[in-house]
Amino acid sequence: MEQIALGYPKSRNGLKRRFRVGENAILALLFISGVFSIFTTIGIVYELGKEALLFFRTPNVDLWSFLSGTQWQPHIDKFGILPLFTSTLITSLFAMLIAAPLGMGAAIYLSEYASEKVRGFLKPILEILAGIPTIVYGYFALTFMTPLLRTIFGRDVVEIYNTASAGLVMGILILPMIASMAEDALSAVPNALREAAYGLGGTKLEVALKVVVPAAISGIAAAFIVGISRAIGETMIVAVAAGAGPNFTFNPFKGAETMTGHIVRISGGDLSYDSIDYNSIFAIGLMLFFVTLTLNLISQQVVRRFREVYE
Amino acid sequence: MNGPSIQKPEIEFTDNIRDRNRYGRLWVYIFRFSTIIGIIALATLLFNIINQSSGYVVYEAKGDPAALTLDGVPIEEQTKDQLMRVLSSHLSKGAYSKLDRTKPFAERSRNDVYDLVVERIVKYEVVDSWLLWDSLTRKDEITAAVEEEYPEALLRFDVWINSDFLRRPQSSNPVIAGVRTAVLGSLWTIGITILFAFPLGVMAAIYLTEYAGDSWANRIIQTNINNLAGVPSIIYGILGLAIFVRALEPLTSGTLFGVTDPTSANGRTILSAGLTLGLLVLPLIIINAQEAIRAVPNSLRHAGYGLGATKWQTVWSHVLPNAIPGILTGTILAISRAIGETAPLVVIGASTVIYFDPEGPFSKFTTLPIQIYQWTSRPQDEFRFLAAAAILVLLALLLTLNAVAVLLRNRYSRRY
Repeated sequence: MEQIALGYPKSRNGLKRRFRVGENAILALLFISGVFSIFTTIGIVYELGKEALLFFRTPNVDLWSFLSGTQWQPHIDKFGILPLFTSTLITSLFAMLIAAPLGMGAAIYLSEYASEKVRGFLKPILEILAGIPTIVYGYFALTFMTPLLRTIFGRDVVEIYNTASAGLVMGILILPMIASMAEDALSAVPNALREAAYGLGGTKLEVALKVVVPAAISGIAAAFIVGISRAIGETMIVAVAAGAGPNFTFNPFKGAETMTGHIVRISGGDLSYDSIDYNSIFAIGLMLFFVTLTLNLISQQVVRRFREVYE
Repeated sequence: MNGPSIQKPEIEFTDNIRDRNRYGRLWVYIFRFSTIIGIIALATLLFNIINQSSGYVVYEAKGDPAALTLDGVPIEEQTKDQLMRVLSSHLSKGAYSKLDRTKPFAERSRNDVYDLVVERIVKYEVVDSWLLWDSLTRKDEITAAVEEEYPEALLRFDVWINSDFLRRPQSSNPVIAGVRTAVLGSLWTIGITILFAFPLGVMAAIYLTEYAGDSWANRIIQTNINNLAGVPSIIYGILGLAIFVRALEPLTSGTLFGVTDPTSANGRTILSAGLTLGLLVLPLIIINAQEAIRAVPNSLRHAGYGLGATKWQTVWSHVLPNAIPGILTGTILAISRAIGETAPLVVIGASTVIYFDPEGPFSKFTTLPIQIYQWTSRPQDEFRFLAAAAILVLLALLLTLNAVAVLLRNRYSRRY
């Protein structure tokens, strides 16, 4: 317990450190609180792992058919995650199609072009956008985006519940997050670099795109990865707007349930413990947990490994 | 003629600065456009919700309200006793005494009884409805169309979000449904979340910033917290289902404390919901509190030590008082995330239909976002309007919280 002793002066010159009961009791309490979050992680891994193991132990279910099956039909014992996984991919893809370029553009504008006044006006708006509950975005997708898509592409093409609408609205949700993370990265690039580039005769755009963005690329990449992770874990928008029922399709205008949407629908009814449905949501949850955790870890590594450090 | 001859440069110098600048200006428009998209999205979203939250509605009564007139008094003006007489004469005896059993008439207010009469006997039903924008711009068309199509019906401009909507409990009839149950459920749940996560989060933050050295164990704790903040909220729902609802059922259902809940929530209680949301916001609270504590300058700590204070005395009397505005701001922001959270609560089994107010931590629960989700998933337009109204309530709640956070930050933030 070396770290505990750090706060106290080391006993020197024959002075003895007094043992204070109160201090140590408080320290113990604080330490337990600090460690508590570890218990949360252990709890997540243990519970997800335990129930997922039960799921894979049931007859007719094995890991390979879980990962490669194209049918998720619990009533006929088909548990292939691909239909859920592809629709998660489609919604996330649509979300990133909106959020990556627009978030990047907004970040460059806010960090390189906007005056202090404009930024003071725009940043709070983006923060409000990021703070709106996702169920509200789900409502927005269903009552605005879907009718809009149906008017543009035709009612026969676009179903009432579809992954495109959910994905596009998810893009609006993730946009401010990417914009704010990328802007932080851009603002952290020291001005000396910009001035040097101006001195060589670069225009504002050239400085921004060829000097500042490459210098901040690790932060920008991290923002994108976190955005993807957020899109994969996003639940309420897809639960409301992407449709119920697993559907193995790559058509974004058809309804298809995502991994998160499936968990919400299955557990929405009264779920009896130890049923195959109950166990299956843990298996899906475990997969979701690992995918998002890996993405988050990669983004942290990207920042650490590729960050340009300036004085 | 014989002057020094100017050598032509070997590379042709082309003046392309104009093109480069033009190109640069074009891109500024693109950047500006992508920023403005955010504003447009926010405006569209708000317009869309407000648009659905009021407008013309056509009602048709199944029963005839005029036939219920008692002693020449129309039902709108009757007293509670008169309304009860109407109710008992039009309902079967069994149905009437069942109402009395669920909640005695003596405890019901006059308006409650009136709502019952409307719900059970008059049975107003929405037959047609318009959005706010149409109601304002095509008023004449709508009145004409209604007179032609539904001559018997009642056309009314309804603002779905009104004082009745806030006061009434949930109902399967959209005409008299309200959000009181859901708002109370949200407040109860958030109360438990705060009680659980705030002290724990602040203590963890104090440990990590003030006490923990740079050992590998502490680095693991720190990394772990950062990663927990990125775990999708639905995972917390699954965790809550497995731990609070199932494993700790005796605790969360209250049987451990001798509470016998007639609604038999089986662990799917407010307590479970609050604890689940607590786990969800804990990393956020820790991270925010850590930042606030780190912002307290070291000179204050040194001053404390210099006066002979112990570590904890310094933290308690110097660091915390200076960090508390920042900690509160961060906590409020984390809590407002919890208020809007829907997915984990659906997973741990929020009840979708509850007609009575929650009575304590061991009651079944529903919350505002759950109510919105449930109304949104219904196909009828009226429920969409109710959802829009409930969204406005939720947004107003969040806006208030955020305003408080900003005020706290501006009022108490000190610069050193």
